[in-house]
Amino acid sequence: MAVIPVDRKPLSFAERTYMPQILSGMKITFKHLMAPKVTMEYPEERPAIPAGYRGVPTLVKDPNGREKCVSCQLCEFVCPPKAIRITPGEIPPDAPTRHVEKAPQAFDIDMLRCIYCGLCQEVCPEEAIFLQQQYTMTGYSREEMVNHKDRLYELGGTLPDEHYKWDKKKAAEEHGNAH
Amino acid sequence: MSDFFQLHPILLGILKGLAVILVIFPIAGVCSLAERKVSAWIQGRPGPNRAIPPWFAWVPVIGPFLQRLGVFHLMADGGKLLFKEDPIPGHVNKFYFMLAPLVGLVPAFTTVVVVPFGAYFDQAGHLIPLVLANVDVGLLAVFAVSSLGVYSLILAGWASNSKYPFLGAVRATSQLVSYELAMTLSVLPVFLWINAPGMSGSLSLARVVDFQSQAGFWGGAWFVFTMPISAFVFLVSLFAETNRQPFDMPESEADLVGGFHTEYGAFKWSLFFVNEYAHMTVGSGVFILLFLGGWNPLPWVSLATLIGWLSHLGAWAAHPLFVGVLSVVIFITKIITMLFVFMWVRWTLPRFRYDQVMKIGWQRLLPLAIANLIVYTVGIALLQK
Repeated sequence: MAVIPVDRKPLSFAERTYMPQILSGMKITFKHLMAPKVTMEYPEERPAIPAGYRGVPTLVKDPNGREKCVSCQLCEFVCPPKAIRITPGEIPPDAPTRHVEKAPQAFDIDMLRCIYCGLCQEVCPEEAIFLQQQYTMTGYSREEMVNHKDRLYELGGTLPDEHYKWDKKKAAEEHGNAH
Repeated sequence: MSDFFQLHPILLGILKGLAVILVIFPIAGVCSLAERKVSAWIQGRPGPNRAIPPWFAWVPVIGPFLQRLGVFHLMADGGKLLFKEDPIPGHVNKFYFMLAPLVGLVPAFTTVVVVPFGAYFDQAGHLIPLVLANVDVGLLAVFAVSSLGVYSLILAGWASNSKYPFLGAVRATSQLVSYELAMTLSVLPVFLWINAPGMSGSLSLARVVDFQSQAGFWGGAWFVFTMPISAFVFLVSLFAETNRQPFDMPESEADLVGGFHTEYGAFKWSLFFVNEYAHMTVGSGVFILLFLGGWNPLPWVSLATLIGWLSHLGAWAAHPLFVGVLSVVIFITKIITMLFVFMWVRWTLPRFRYDQVMKIGWQRLLPLAIANLIVYTVGIALLQK
């Protein structure tokens, strides 16, 4: 590349006193004094969260109100900071929401450990755990920062499900041709 | 106002002193809030607006308005600074360490004594300045006592027994020494001008204001118009003496961590800022008295003229109490404007480097002040011949 020498122009007397520059600077800051505020006042105003944002991990139910999680514990094993703790349990055979044998008895995510990596969502075979838009996870104690199962379902709600996997499986069970 | 309060002079003096302290101290406190608000507004954010005490929250319109304005943060800050942990480093001399912020309060509040903050007319029509001690050495006393404020910074820097505070203290001292010269030289033309030969000489600040409130074009012109260079040098020196940006050398956080108050916390730390704001208040008061016409409302409109206009509305306008209060209000309004300018400049200019500060002081302002002095001395000598 060619080197282009740029001459630095000598400053004029007015520039060397700095006063015109200082005064024009003060004019600018005075305009800012009157200008509307640019900040968002956080707790009252919230930013719009883009789709696909990876916030707090949550558990979701299928559109029939059943737990999707089958407590396979893959997320627990894959979780790098070991934030997830699952206690598997059985679903009684006569339960109205029964679709599989197992569901989590307890599902705790310690948000003090969670690093929002999203591996749990990646690994979940049932699409039961999602990192959703909740980005303000606060609490006054360590206990408050552990999300239990109820809270996880409350945060997660229901996501649209295209597969209805368990409906198909149940129908296949009832009409033979299970697999 | 001894005409209205027939009290023992000592009691009267104490009352007047308390009244002045009760005005200056809150101004210094409110300044810390104003600084936060002004800086926020300039930076395009709303500033402190959260704190609200319980009962005020129930007042419909005024409560939220005052909360938005952040006035309760003053109390919240005070409470926080009083009750937070105030550690004293183990390696310091505790006595001097504790003494330093207190030493700063003394000059900050002593200078107020000789600053006239208003005036009224007695029955004979003479102007009586409202001042705690109307002494002839007025300005000299301000310069002498206000520079003692740096002892507090030196003591703080030295007693902290650590390097950065000490450097901050050294810088504060050298800055004061450098700019005190230019400042003193810059006001000399004013006093050469008002002290005509043959009259009894005086350095009284009330006399300067009196001089600026005469009739006629040249009589009513404030000294900022007749002596702009003096006013400029004085203002720049004032910024340096009160350690305001862009001359914020003693505490420049960028290279000295916080300067002389690095080791201080809680209320001792805030005392340094009360001192700084008190110095700013008194300093801008002196600037207003010298160059901006003191308690005269506008250039070429003196207090007497304004009272003359107002007296058409009723006889109450000429009452000394009304005139006194009006003059004080005008003066405090000007002081508040000046304090705003201090904050406005702070959020406009970046901090100077230490060598630049020294260079501006010794190589620019001092020769300018000397040249200014010579020019005005010759001019005044020719005019008064």
